This record gives sequence, structure tokens and C-alpha cells, in this order.
Amino acid sequence: MADAVKLDAPKLKAKDFKSDQEVRWCPGCGDYAILAAVQSFLPELGLEREKIAFVSGIGCSSRFPYYLNTYGMHSIHGRAPTIATGLATSRPDLSVWVVTGDGDALSIGGNHLIHALRRNVNLKILLFNNRIYGLTKGQYSPTSEPGKLTKSTPMGSVDAPFNPLSLALGSEATFVARTLDSDRAHLQQVLRAAAEHEGSAFVEIYQNCPIFNDNAFEVLKSAETRDEAIIRLENGQPIRFGDRAVVQSGYGLEVKDVADVDESDIVVHKSDVDDPAYAFALSRLSGTELDHTPIGVFRSVERPTYDEQVRHQVEEASAGVDRKGALDRLLNSGDTWTVL
Amino acid sequence: MNTVRQLDRVVIRFAGDSGDGMQLTGDRFTAETAKLGNDLSTLPNYPAEIRAPAGTLPGVSSFQIHFADSDILTPGDEPEVLVAMNPAALKANLPDLKSGGIVIVNTDEFTKRNLTKVGYAANPVEDGSLDDYQLIEVPLTSLTIGALEDYDIGKKDAARSKNMFALGLLSWMYSRTTGVTEDFLKKKFAAKPDIAEANIAALKAGWNYGETAESFAVQYEIPPATLPAGTYRNITGNQALAWGVIAAGVASDLPVFLGAYPITPASDILHELSKHKRFGVTTVQAEDEIAAVGAALGASWGGALGVTTSSGPGIALKSETISLAVSLELPLVVIDVQRAGPSTGMPTKTEQADLMMAMFGRHGEAPIAIVAPQSPSDCYEAMLEATRMALHYRTPVMLLSDGYIANGAEPWKLPDPADLPDLSVEFATEFNDTDSSGNEIFLPFKRDPETLARPWAVPGTPGLQHRIGGIEKADGTGDISYDPANHDHMVRTRAAKIAGIPVPDLEVEDPGDTDVLVLGWGSTWGPIGAAVRGLRDRGIPIARAHLRYLNPMPANLGEVLARYDKVVVPEMNLGQLSQLLRSGFPGTDVIGYNKVRGLPFTSNELQDALEEVIKNG
Ligand SMILES: Cc1ncc(C[n+]2csc(CCOP(=O)(O)OP(=O)(O)O)c2C)c(N)n1
Ligand code: SF4
Ligand SMILES: [Mg+2]
Repeated sequence: MADAVKLDAPKLKAKDFKSDQEVRWCPGCGDYAILAAVQSFLPELGLEREKIAFVSGIGCSSRFPYYLNTYGMHSIHGRAPTIATGLATSRPDLSVWVVTGDGDALSIGGNHLIHALRRNVNLKILLFNNRIYGLTKGQYSPTSEPGKLTKSTPMGSVDAPFNPLSLALGSEATFVARTLDSDRAHLQQVLRAAAEHEGSAFVEIYQNCPIFNDNAFEVLKSAETRDEAIIRLENGQPIRFGDRAVVQSGYGLEVKDVADVDESDIVVHKSDVDDPAYAFALSRLSGTELDHTPIGVFRSVERPTYDEQVRHQVEEASAGVDRKGALDRLLNSGDTWTVL
Repeated sequence: MNTVRQLDRVVIRFAGDSGDGMQLTGDRFTAETAKLGNDLSTLPNYPAEIRAPAGTLPGVSSFQIHFADSDILTPGDEPEVLVAMNPAALKANLPDLKSGGIVIVNTDEFTKRNLTKVGYAANPVEDGSLDDYQLIEVPLTSLTIGALEDYDIGKKDAARSKNMFALGLLSWMYSRTTGVTEDFLKKKFAAKPDIAEANIAALKAGWNYGETAESFAVQYEIPPATLPAGTYRNITGNQALAWGVIAAGVASDLPVFLGAYPITPASDILHELSKHKRFGVTTVQAEDEIAAVGAALGASWGGALGVTTSSGPGIALKSETISLAVSLELPLVVIDVQRAGPSTGMPTKTEQADLMMAMFGRHGEAPIAIVAPQSPSDCYEAMLEATRMALHYRTPVMLLSDGYIANGAEPWKLPDPADLPDLSVEFATEFNDTDSSGNEIFLPFKRDPETLARPWAVPGTPGLQHRIGGIEKADGTGDISYDPANHDHMVRTRAAKIAGIPVPDLEVEDPGDTDVLVLGWGSTWGPIGAAVRGLRDRGIPIARAHLRYLNPMPANLGEVLARYDKVVVPEMNLGQLSQLLRSGFPGTDVIGYNKVRGLPFTSNELQDALEEVIKNG
């Protein structure tokens, strides 16, 4: 069965989740912080290490499984959700995680991402968004801001980027969240919520690539700007940040100075609103400039999972069946005749 | 009183509009024929378009059956009897009919309008253009409506039963019974008993019409064939393949996981397996072929028998994942039901042109095992073989079927599930080595010295956590390795593992007194066999052998080839096996016979081709 993981008092420690492989990201890479946060979070799952599987695609971020002492597969570019779907569907006893990058998940693997989300396979998908192709040395990605100057776009990129959360919400995702590599407490809080969610959990993690896209998230990190830029979503709380607030506006949401709005007009966050339009409106508050960037759990609703339903059909059909006898009956079904 | 004439074999083709129910008619005629103990072989031919306009040439659907009093190998080269339900069916199929053959036409449909629709300026039934044939005119539609006058159904519905009238008539002509079909109709229309009754009445009316109408002076009898004792059923290649997948799950005692994306002519395997969840078979219709093979591989990693089915265009998409499976050394069965390509090609037509793709269609050095079934029923056994290799050598295996095998059907002597081979595997559960400090450890790439297979430790196994991936890894530890010598070693080891899979020796059927061998693979088995038989019947000796294992090839192949001056290789491609033989066995005089018309070879053309080589070299 695929019950949501119960987060017990941890028996294991972060170090138990470190593999013997030397970690090989560039110095200062945001992936280190995410790895440390995940390693110290995993004991909270309350699972033995062998019950956890990490599957990744290709990219700097996708080296992740090699550094965890769990089962792991570093697969091929963009396809991790497919492999994870096969594993999660056939093995309900496992906690299956996908680690992917903005190129891996949104470019080459875009098709698999949206289908995993719409199916609601019990997977936790961690998208490390550095808004660049790291491993292939710095080409622009589907999340790079327009006009990006890279080796492959010396005069500036001209295509409009994806907003990963809007995409996930449009794909019928049941759990959608965003967090930051540099905020370990928040990152772990989001991982916890994702782990507890039954079904696909999509977590975008803003990750700094100091080599090819340094300071891409500086506005969310520097002491001078972050309070005005980060919107921390908390269930049951009015959405306020700095001296601003989020209010309804037309068909969507809008940021206003607190001074200009009535307290009662400030939207109170609820991640379990059934209509994805609300979470979608939240996802649209930040443009490529990241000036008003909500982090936290945007959406978390319940829907039957794909894997559970698939297994249920097979279990129902196969309960108590003696396969050999049934095969004999199958072979002999319909029109048969006997030659003496 | 009619005369009864004995025949040893006959080829009949039912042809009509795709709405006329010709597949059902053929299927029922086949069931009755099987019941009477004839050997048989059938081949349907569907229009490529789902709803081609009624009465047009693209809308013609047909079903051919060849049955005999001895064992037969193909659905027959040319029909000797053609049932044409409308002018389009006549026009599309007449060129195939043997001269002097019987044409039964439904004259009701030969109206001016229907004739012009398919470009007949004059009515071929009347203008003498069928003089070379034995023409039998039957107003099938009106006779059916007449026969159903007393039933409470409209004229239109009554006319729909004309295929059953035709079936009854043909059943009478060839001394078939109708009981099996009557039972079938009762079951099929259990919820609509009046429809069942009307159809049965039409069937009987057709039979009686044969008995009484003067146009039918002769009734034919084809005595039963002497086949090995046992229980038989008729089976198509796709069905046998699907059942083979189920049997492989039983034989290996593993859950089966099929990842598939619909594509002609492979979709029926997905459909069939989706019905059989009771065998612990999980089917996932993925978003594309890449996801389908990915899911199957993910399930394999988790300890299931991962299978993926597709046809050429889809197999091309799976290529990168198959290479990953080569590198991960995990079991995976990839089924390619080949169709005519490149690109969309002719999806409903057959071809054998994916052999090179199966052999080499991946990046890097990525050898995989390849098996090719030779006939529809053989798909069952071939699937068990593919599974044996995949599970025991932890490798992807490609099974190469094709459209001819997939849709063709033949009687199959049912195997006894008690005789299934033991394909069970042992998962790794224990440490298998010790490190320098004496700690027990697990090495995911420590190989079995005999098979070179690595241990299969599925996620969930306590203590054996490890990481696998497509990056080159050190043999033994599985740690990432860019060491040049290790890569060379790994490439050679993966190749040696495949090359070392034991496969049975090639059997040669040599009547003596010949220096010519005909060597085929896959679905050409039937036509080649029929051609060889024809030659020998005429006193022309020729040796034959058929390759089921294309990678690795049988160990004795080189020795067999060396025995013959000439080796003729018929293939429905431009010479792919020929090329492999020429490069693998230089010095062999390989003569290709190659056609890519989307159609199986006829045994006649093969006889001519083989005779030509025997006579003139
Ligand atoms: C089929 C295929 N195409 C291209 C590549 C090359 N490639 C590897 S990673 C990558 C992009 C990675 O970007 P992202 O997913 O953002 O990961 P990051 O390195 O930034 O973490 C590309 C194009 C590949 N490995 N496989
Ligand atoms: S290239 Fe960027 S993303 Fe990749 S390891 Fe280096 S810093 Fe990290
Ligand atoms: Mg990236």
C-alpha cells in the first residue's frame, strides 16, 4: 500500500545517508546545501535506507543519487519520471524520489514531467532550478530569463521561459511547492510536507550555479532585498511580506502596499483549495525578475494516486489466483479441438 | 443430388466492405474448419483507414484461409475461391485469384452507382470479363432479407446478416458444419436473442441455399489432416506473444510489468495483456514509447519482468533507454512487431527491415540478444526464450516479430503449463565480498564467472543499497569510473556476456545430393518451407535451415554455411541478414532474395528463385 509516509522520530542520522562517493560539484554550488539538507531530513522519514530510492536524469543536479546511501539510479536525460513511475507502481513499499534539473525536467523531459503529475504517481520530484544548463557548461534553459546571454545565445535568448509552478499546476499536480537552496529550515519544511503528501509532489528548489549563472536568486537572498521579494506562504496566515500584502485583483492576485488595503482584503493562504486557479494566481505573482516570489506549499490536495489504483486493479483481479492453473484455462479457452 | 468431390487443399478469400463483417466470417469459417481437423493458416487484410468510405477500394477488408488434409505452412499464395460482397471487393481482389478459380459475387451490390464508385464502366458480372473464372452469382442481400422476413427486424438490420448467409453457403460448399458458429452467435448476442436468432437463420438459409440452388452442382470435401495428437486452438502471433508474456511471468514466478504506447501492429499485445491482470500482469499505457520502456526498466529494477512492446518507429524512440539497460545490466524484453518503414511507411503491412536496428541501432557498443519467432504460434515459445536470456544474463533482449506473424493465425497444439521451463531467478540478498579492512560489502557488478551476469539486488533489500547509472562504472564496485582500461574491459565484458549466451545449434534439413542451402529468419519460415517442399516434390533437392537466434547466432552456423556452395537468404528487406553473414562468415557465397512490398513471399516465387539458383548458380 502507498500510505503517505509517517514521519516518526528518526532512528538514523544524517551521516547514515552519506554514501562513500566523493561529492564533485563545483565549490559553492547550491547542490551541496540541498544535499546536506536532504541528508539530514531523510532520517525523519522513519524508513530504513533500503526502502528509499532516488532516481535522477542527467545534469549536475542529477548526480545527487550517487551521494546518498539509499538505492539510486542515475538514468538518462529527462527520463527519470518514467523509470520512477515503473518502480513506484510495482513497488508500493518504497519511497521513490526524483531529482531533476530545469533542463532535465522542463526541456527534454517535459512530456514525462507533466504526465507523472497528471497521473499523480506517488513520487517526490525535486527540481533543482538554476535557470541554466550546468553540466553542459552554461547554455540557457527553459527557465532562463529572456535576453539571456550564453554561449548558445550570444545576442540574447529570445524565447519565453516556463514558470515551473504554473506548468505543474496546469498539469493537474496535487502538490506544488517552492523553496530555496540557502534556507535549510524552509527547504526541510517543504520536504516534510512533500513526503507526507500521497501522490506526486512537485518541489521547485531555486539553486545557485556560481559558475554559469551566479547570483540568479540574489534578490531572494541578499539582506537588502529579500524581505521585499520573498513571500512566505503559510497555511491560515494572511499573505504579507515586508510592508506589502497579496489581495485579489480582477481574476487573479496582486501585490499592494499594506497601507493601501483593508486588513480584511488580504488573502489568507490555504494550500488545500480545490480549484487550482488560486495556486496558479500565486505562481504568477513572480515574473522572471523574481520581484515577488512566493515560497512554501502552493497547493496540496488529495486525489487517488495512479500507482495505487493500478495495483488495486491487479490485486483485485489476481487475488487467490493460481497462475499455472489459470494459464491452463486460458490456453484452453474459446474454440479448441482435440486430435486423437 | 449434388456430387461430392474430394480435395486435398483449398484457399478461400472472403472480401467485402469493412462494414460487411468479413473478419468475423473468416474467423467463424476457420473455427468450423479447425473443428473438422484440417490443418490451416489464415491471414486477414484490413484497410489502413479506420472508416474508409463504404463501397470504395480503400474500404475493402478481406480474410484468407488455406486449409488442407496435410500440414501446411502458409495462408496460401493465391486464393482459389473468392467471395466478393461488392464491386470494390471484386476489383481489389480479382488480380490475386487463381485463373479458373471460383468467384462468388453478391449481385445485389453490383448496381450502377457502386460500379462507378470503383471505376467499372461496365458490369464485370455481365460483360464477360470474368470468363476465365467459374462465376457464381448470388443475390446475397435480397436472399438474406427474404430469409429473415418473419423476424421482427427491419430490412436494414436483416441485410446486415448477409455475411452469415455467405458463411452458411461456403460452409455447405466445403462440407463444414455450422454448430460452432451457432453456439458462438448465441453467446455473442446473449443480450439480444432476436439478433442471435436472425443471424443463425441467415446462416442456415445460406447452407440450405447451397443444398438446393442449381448453381451449386458440386460440394467439396477436404478430409482431416493427420496432426500430432493433442488439444489445439487457432492463434494469432500477437495473441501467442501476449500469452507467452503471461507464461514467462508464471515460469519465472515474477510479476509482469508491460509498458506500452499504442502502435500498429503491436497494440493488440497491450490490449490482450490488459485483460489478464489476474496473472499479476500490470499494463501501463505510457505517454510515449520512451516512457513505456522507462517504466518497464524501472519495474525491472524493482524486481519485475519488465516488457515493452512496439513497432519500428517506437523502437527507435526506445533506443537510448535500451542502451541504458545495457549499461545497467538489468533484464528487459523489447518486442518489435516490425512493419514496413521507414517512418510511418505502411503500418498495416509486413517487413523484416528492423534487423540491423535490433543489432546495431544504439549508441556506443551496446549489444543485446535477439530472438525471432518463425510463425504465429511460435511467438509463445520465443517469448519464453527471450525471457530466459533477459533474466539470466541481465540484459535487454529484442524479440523480432512482424505484421505477418502478428495478424496471421494457425492451429497450435496447446502446451501444458506443467512443462514450462523453470525461469526463476535468485535476487541478491547477501553481501558478496569483503573490503580491505575485512568488512562485508556488496559489489553490484561482481559477476557470475560463468554467465558474466551481475547480481540483481532489488531496492528494498536490507544492507545492499547501491547506486547504478549510465555513467561507466568500475567492474565489481560499480563506482563511477573514467579509467580507460576499465572502460575497455567493461565494453568487452558486456559484449562477451551476450556472445556467451548459449543457444541451440542450427538444425539443417538436408535431403542429400545438394550444395545449396536456403537460410531464413523470422516469418519467412512458412513460405520458405512451402517452397522447399514444392521443389522436393518435383525431385529438386535443397537444404534448408532457419535462424531463430540472431544474436548470438548458433555456434555451429559457420560450420553449416561452410558445407554449402551457395546459401540463398530470402528476406523482406534489402539483405540485412545477408550482410551479417557476409561480414561474419567471409567466404560464404550468400545470395540474397529480397523483396519489400509489404507482403509475405509467396511459395511460388520462392520456388522459382531457388530453382534458378540451383540450376544456374
Ligand atoms: C539525450 C541527451 N541529450 C543531451 C545531453 C546533454 N546534457 C546533459 S545535462 C544537460 C542539461 C542539464 O541541465 P539541467 O537539467 O538544468 O541540469 P543542471 O546541470 O543545470 O543541474 C544536457 C543538455 C544528454 N546527456 N543526453
Ligand atoms: S556547473 Fe553550476 S550547477 Fe553544475 S556543479 Fe558547477 S556550480 Fe553546480
Ligand atoms: Mg539547470
